[in-house]
Amino acid sequence: MDDALQKGLTRRELLSRSMAAGATLVVGAGFVAGADAAWALETTALKPETMATLIQMARDIYPHDHVADEFYAVAVKGYDTPEAAPGIETGIAGLNAAAQGKGYADYLSIGWERDRVDILRALEDSPFFQQIRGGLVTGLYNQKAVWPLFGYEGESYSQGGYIDRGFNDINWL
Amino acid sequence: MAAPFDLKDDSVIVVIGTGAGGGVLSNELAQRGVSVVALEAGGRYLPEDYVNDEWESFGQLAWLDPRTTSGDWRVAKDFSGLPAWIVKAVGGTTTHWAGASLRIQEHEWKAKTNYGEVQGASLLDWPIDRAEMDPWYELAETKLGVTRTGGREGLPGNNNYKVLEAGAKKLGYEEVHTGRMAINSADYDDRMACQQTGFCFQGCKWGAKWSAAYTDIPRGEATGNLEVREKAHVLRIEHGEDGKVNGVVYADADGNEHKQMARAVCVAGNSFESPRLLLNSATSMYPDGLANSSGQVGRNYMRHMTGSVYGVFDKPVRMWRGTTMAGIIQDEARHDPSRGFVGGYELETLSLGLPFMAAFLDPGGWGREFTTALDAYENMAGMWIVGEDMPQETNRVTLNHDVKDQFGMPVANVHFSDHPNDIAMRNHAYTQGAAIYDAVGATRTFPTPPYPSTHNLGTNRMSENPRDGVVNRNGRTHDIENLFVSDGSQFTTGAAENPTLTIVALAIRQADHIAAEMSRGNL
Ligand SMILES: Cc1cc2nc3c(=O)[nH]c(=O)nc-3n(C[C@H](O)[C@H](O)[C@H](O)COP(=O)(O)OP(=O)(O)OC[C@H]3O[C@@H](n4cnc5c(N)ncnc54)[C@H](O)[C@@H]3O)c2cc1C
Ligand code: SF4
Repeated sequence: MDDALQKGLTRRELLSRSMAAGATLVVGAGFVAGADAAWALETTALKPETMATLIQMARDIYPHDHVADEFYAVAVKGYDTPEAAPGIETGIAGLNAAAQGKGYADYLSIGWERDRVDILRALEDSPFFQQIRGGLVTGLYNQKAVWPLFGYEGESYSQGGYIDRGFNDINWL
Repeated sequence: MAAPFDLKDDSVIVVIGTGAGGGVLSNELAQRGVSVVALEAGGRYLPEDYVNDEWESFGQLAWLDPRTTSGDWRVAKDFSGLPAWIVKAVGGTTTHWAGASLRIQEHEWKAKTNYGEVQGASLLDWPIDRAEMDPWYELAETKLGVTRTGGREGLPGNNNYKVLEAGAKKLGYEEVHTGRMAINSADYDDRMACQQTGFCFQGCKWGAKWSAAYTDIPRGEATGNLEVREKAHVLRIEHGEDGKVNGVVYADADGNEHKQMARAVCVAGNSFESPRLLLNSATSMYPDGLANSSGQVGRNYMRHMTGSVYGVFDKPVRMWRGTTMAGIIQDEARHDPSRGFVGGYELETLSLGLPFMAAFLDPGGWGREFTTALDAYENMAGMWIVGEDMPQETNRVTLNHDVKDQFGMPVANVHFSDHPNDIAMRNHAYTQGAAIYDAVGATRTFPTPPYPSTHNLGTNRMSENPRDGVVNRNGRTHDIENLFVSDGSQFTTGAAENPTLTIVALAIRQADHIAAEMSRGNL
């Protein structure tokens, strides 16, 4: 896992310092964390609520149910810089405004993925959406820690290739 | 005189670019005792430098200088600054290539005669034919160690191939095998056999796949007749008052400009940079660019009709294990207009790692339709379609004067739109590709759009008549007697086959021609 994500908070500690943000995330002063306390990400330039929304948005763009939130957090944490933050705050504010237009409190409080995706579809040609989606293509799928979750084995030279490791082991044809 | 050569030494042949065309030509000239200075824009990377990591390797090897795009091809929308996936390094794109090595079929050398008039297409017959090329093909196959030629064994089939083969057989296809590959199936030419590592596109760390970077280039250098200057980016070709070229101006690694004098110049920068260089070398004597009296420089850009089909199964395939292009179906490569298009196509296995699959399966795609495909990555098989595309005068490389590269030179704009024949052929191939996977139980298939171009052809086409093209049967420009084109941009038409074997065969043939002309005192 990425160094930027902290481990080791107890669930009680975490919950005492934070409030729920969507179904699986919590936010506190200067951080976002998994509701199960498995990881926490400090934010410096972005509001933690913004980061939590961004993580949810990332998952809604590329939803993989077997990939934990922490990988999505790693994929978008690069936006937590003074340069990138204003654009992200504006973009997420737009997302929340769109949610409010549909009668929700904000994007994170929309319960069904389908309803969040409706909002994203309406914004899909915006530079903000394209920035986040484009960044995720490498930000998410080029994380080496993600590869095994898809079965992808990565580098193979150091192990002598697959000549003795199953390059032709298919047995169901 | 022996290498290194002086900038003022005007007895040398200057070769621009060291890929399939330029790298082979440089060595073949050097072997014939000709002094050569090869100028290569990229750096030198060898098997120990290559990395088994798609994006990292891309950053190491790819040509990333700016280019622009236009036309209705989807690449212009999804990868507007990256029309091609090609290499900037000693050895050129032969570091990236998969190794499929096929001879152009007899009828394809005479596409205009055999296909007839195709509306909107600028078909033309090559001034040479298969019979004339066969001996050169044989030399090229021996150089590259192509499997299933010259008594060399085929490679063993990997999982991805076995799926393709099983589906193809169910459909009744007959010409199905593990390909004619420039990848060693046994030790050959001081290089070891393929270890089925599966990163052929990232540079073969075992050297099992032929690349000019570690074969022709060092061998040419060993003769003492070849000097390769890396990180030497040619900006323009210059000529004298007699109209003949007399040298080239290049920027070195520090951006300092030098002029290397030359007896003759051979341009081999791939099909974008070669015409760009000719156009950027315009003078008052040649206001439309060098060798462009026909107006054909940059025109007829071809990229092969391509696309991919991926299939998902209910059980694992693990297509990434082993050679990337592990086998081929050739039955559709024939010319048979009853299918609704002229020319034909090959189907070849292809695999991408997870990072590239995410980028290329459906560029711009998102949501569950997209992610459930990737969820099944382990159960996926893949094939690439490569077929003959129609040359069109309007598909072309031009100078974009609004965008400059790091040296202040106008960049290449690449304009491409599919011809209706290309679309009909692609749709046929998508249907067949899906049927192949369906026949062995695919639960879902994906007709994947073309990637940024890997095969770039035709922008300095070869023609019998100087009015119709840029170079003659020897790759010499019609207009300037000591200026040659030595890469894939010479192609008159594209044929269905992967182009590199033909580029190499033409380079060997051109070296023979140049050496002979020199000994006759003509050059
Ligand atoms: C991923 C991939 C897979 C492929 N697989 C196959 C395959 O299986 N079979 C097949 O037949 N083909 C394949 N190809 C295509 C093959 O690699 C090319 O057709 C071939 O390398 C083209 O040769 P070339 O000499 O025209 O250009 P290149 O090999 O691209 O060489 C051009 C060289 O010129 C240099 N250059 C350009 N401009 C300048 C300048 N101004 N000054 C100095 N140097 C310059 C470049 O840096 C480069 O090194 C593949 C290509 C890719 C990208
Ligand atoms: S699969 Fe074979 S040819 Fe390809 S990179 Fe690995 S060893 Fe080289």
